[in-house]
Amino acid sequence: ESCPSIKNILLLDSEGNRVAVKYYSDEWPNNSVKEAFEKSLFTKTQKTNARTEGKQFVFLFVHSHLSFSSCPDKKYHSLTFHNVFIPFLFTAEIAMFESHIIVYKFVQDLHFFVTGAENENELILVTVLQGFFDAVGLLLRGTVDKKEALENLDLILLCLDEIVDGGIILETDANVIAGKVASHSIDAAAPLSEQTISQALATAREHLARSLLK
Amino acid sequence: MVYVIIKELSPSADEVIIVTSSLMKDMTSKTDMYRANAIRVLCQITDGTLLTQIERYLKQAIVDKNPVVASAALVSGIHLLQTNPEIVKRWSNEVQEAVQSRAALVQFHALALLHQIRQNDRLAVNKLVSSLTRGSVRSPLAQCLLIRYTSQVIRESAGNTQTGDRPFYDFLEGCLRHKAEMVIFEAARAITELNGVTSRELTPAITVLQLFLSSTKPVLRFAAVRTLNKVAMTHPIAVTNCNIDMESLISDQNRSIATLAITTLLKTGNESSVDRLMKQITTFMSDIADEFKIVVIEAIRSLCLKFPLKHRSLMNFLSNILREEGGFEYKKAIVDSIVILIRDIPEAKESGLLHLCEFIEDCEFTYLSTQILHFLGIEGPKTSDPSKYIRYIYNRVHLENATVRAGAVSTLAKFGAMVDSLKPRIFVLLRRCLFDTDDEVRDRATLYLNTLGADGTVEDMKEFLFGSLDIPLVNLERSLKNYEPSEESFDINSVPKEVKIQPLAEKKAPGKKPTGLGGPPPAPPSTIDAYEKLLSSIPEFANFGKLFKSSAPVELTEAETEYAVNVVKHIFDGHVVFQYNCTNTIPEQLLENVTVIVDASEAEEFAEVASKPLRSLPYDSPGQTFVAFEKPEGVPAVGKFSNMLRFIVKEVDPSTGEAEDDGVEDEYQLEELEVVAADYMLKVGVSNFRNAWESMGPDCERVDEYDLGPRENLAEAVNAVINLLGMQPCEGTEVVPSNSRSHTCLLSGVYIGNVKVLVRLQFGIDGPKDVAMKLAVRSEDEAVSDAIHEIVASG
Repeated sequence: ESCPSIKNILLLDSEGNRVAVKYYSDEWPNNSVKEAFEKSLFTKTQKTNARTEGKQFVFLFVHSHLSFSSCPDKKYHSLTFHNVFIPFLFTAEIAMFESHIIVYKFVQDLHFFVTGAENENELILVTVLQGFFDAVGLLLRGTVDKKEALENLDLILLCLDEIVDGGIILETDANVIAGKVASHSIDAAAPLSEQTISQALATAREHLARSLLK
Repeated sequence: MVYVIIKELSPSADEVIIVTSSLMKDMTSKTDMYRANAIRVLCQITDGTLLTQIERYLKQAIVDKNPVVASAALVSGIHLLQTNPEIVKRWSNEVQEAVQSRAALVQFHALALLHQIRQNDRLAVNKLVSSLTRGSVRSPLAQCLLIRYTSQVIRESAGNTQTGDRPFYDFLEGCLRHKAEMVIFEAARAITELNGVTSRELTPAITVLQLFLSSTKPVLRFAAVRTLNKVAMTHPIAVTNCNIDMESLISDQNRSIATLAITTLLKTGNESSVDRLMKQITTFMSDIADEFKIVVIEAIRSLCLKFPLKHRSLMNFLSNILREEGGFEYKKAIVDSIVILIRDIPEAKESGLLHLCEFIEDCEFTYLSTQILHFLGIEGPKTSDPSKYIRYIYNRVHLENATVRAGAVSTLAKFGAMVDSLKPRIFVLLRRCLFDTDDEVRDRATLYLNTLGADGTVEDMKEFLFGSLDIPLVNLERSLKNYEPSEESFDINSVPKEVKIQPLAEKKAPGKKPTGLGGPPPAPPSTIDAYEKLLSSIPEFANFGKLFKSSAPVELTEAETEYAVNVVKHIFDGHVVFQYNCTNTIPEQLLENVTVIVDASEAEEFAEVASKPLRSLPYDSPGQTFVAFEKPEGVPAVGKFSNMLRFIVKEVDPSTGEAEDDGVEDEYQLEELEVVAADYMLKVGVSNFRNAWESMGPDCERVDEYDLGPRENLAEAVNAVINLLGMQPCEGTEVVPSNSRSHTCLLSGVYIGNVKVLVRLQFGIDGPKDVAMKLAVRSEDEAVSDAIHEIVASG
């Protein structure tokens, strides 16, 4: 069909094992086929230098989900958040694999992949990838690594659910995606919108310390 | 989260009434998120009856103010369209309203759903596209969708309108200047994929793609290179401007991009740049993986065939990389390329054979060694100095494994058979092989020594030793299995030579191309190869020579008749063969001894020489029968043939499938068949008509003017002449802008006798409807130019 469609979204760790995956196409009928695909895709993209070049450090704004409704030193707090550094692969890479197009990004020990058909518009795939990537970054509050992802697996899965529905793109804006996920979870630890300001500050300080110590 | 779980488990609606009823409650809850997700889940687990219950809510949801809810309902609608289309179609009013929504993604989803609902109604799609291209589209995704639908509309309306500028082309061109990159790219891609696109239309798209080539983002570079690669296959000149940018991409980090850049350059390069390209490629080849290397090899092969003068440097390049490390497939690809070059470029033969000889000195793949030895045996004796290859071949006899040794012995014997001067020396070598450890080698050596040394006629002996086995292996195997050891020895002549002719396989659908990176499109004469094989397997037609052209099947019966027959006309130099494809649609009948009686009284120049009946034609299994005619050589004779199908019909008992023993002779009249001048013309296009025209030279040019008389319109006259000549229109000149008073049409083709022909037609309307035409023909043979004028004069 002429509607742009996504075949799968994969989140793998640094050895190629699954963290969270979602398939939207029948081309991979059972689990062993899926795992074989993931493994060979991982091996192929490891060879290309998606990680060595272009590693840049970027500011990540986390403030959009904090409610600063009645905080007098609002400005001060938002300034603090500007100083969260995250190692980041700035540009997405692309490859053709088994007559699919795969766009991917790596950060720390997580590998993000989005697969589309051979004749799909590559830039649409990248937009989906970017949306997923940024939304995960927002949800994990800046620490995008395997441990955090596994601890917040429910958020990741909700995130996947909000981006693509049955292959059709639902949303590509990371802020909107993260917002939808946040309003889903009733879990106290997860959503940023329900924490109080001081709790959020504490979390952020904790993250900052952790990343500076790395 | 619960919603996600439910979707994963996907129960059917009747199993979980509780779940569905609580979901339905959620659908009307105050929290928007719950509503949206409830809709999505419900639609996934619903069936028809439940759907009618919630339909009301869904319709409301589509026009809900909250975009999340609306999107959820619309996307669910798209999914439901697969299973319950009638229900979803009832929502088109609401969807139409949603298309006007201010929220960007709602518009996107609504557009997708609306298009799917209306996709069979071409007019509706047309209206949808027209209204939106004038209106405002808010999200880049929706814009991309619109571009895709627009190209669909253009594609479908191409046949009808004759306007110079396609409809909506301006819209596509305007999208090239959109803010979002995905829209720019989608528009550029859509323009390059338009049917019969002209260079003028391509230019803005290519400019944009060229800018992408130098972007910092690999994805943009990849997308641009891939699209330009596709364009280069059909319009190489349009892409030449980007060559400089592409050369810098050869050293790109991403290997896919680099390979695509190289293959594109190979397609668009001209002779002077070949040397430079070769140097760059040599450094590049060591970096990339085998599968990419094979793609590059194939591109180099087509390049060499395009520029035969450069064969020396290209051949050197191929032999150099042959020496390096590589897998079996990779080396096989290189060897295949060298073999093809040797076959097609006579000047390259000697050096190519030498390169191959050096390769087999340390080739680790037995298959390749034996193939090369066999090839040497065929081509070596024909060269000016065959003896220099003997050393290489004889070394194989000593140094390699048994399979290769046996192959080498056969090759030596071929040399001995073909070249008398070498015979005594070959005998000496063969005698040494008699002492080999392997029995196959000894057997072969003995056989060759005895037969070559004996006095028999040279031709018989060669045919016996080296002639190809006519008998299909399948039949031979079957007969051998059926043969029971007895007093009589196995008679090879008793093996049936006919194979049940397989119906020619359909080309695979374009969606599943097996090649990785933009492999070359399947060559047009692939069906000609199949026909050639078929015809040459029939002994009566085997010596007609090379098949020039096979026409498309022409129906000789109307639809829904008892026997469906269509005919394919095969044109040879001095013969014409009609292949009648017959199908019996009556289950209670079995036809035997099916032939076609052809009345050629209205085709004086043809004389029937052979006819091959079809032995048996059961129900629903198509078969072929042939009739061959002789005609004066080289003359494009034309004529009308009336046909009658004659056969013996036997009743078949449908329950058992057995036929009765005696049958009744019967006849069935078929429609007439014509051989026309266009049958002698192969449609072969040229990419740059002007160059070809200039290089053809005016020596064999013929120019004349004709009055075509009153015609409906200019387009009709143009089409009539194109069909009469049967040549290929170039550069989109078969499209005549409506209301134009004059038109120039450029045609090219290959005439029988392998003569290239170029035609330039200039049409003009004077008066009310009178069309005058000036015909200029250039070809390699003036007789052919005259013939073309003859065709037009009499047509």
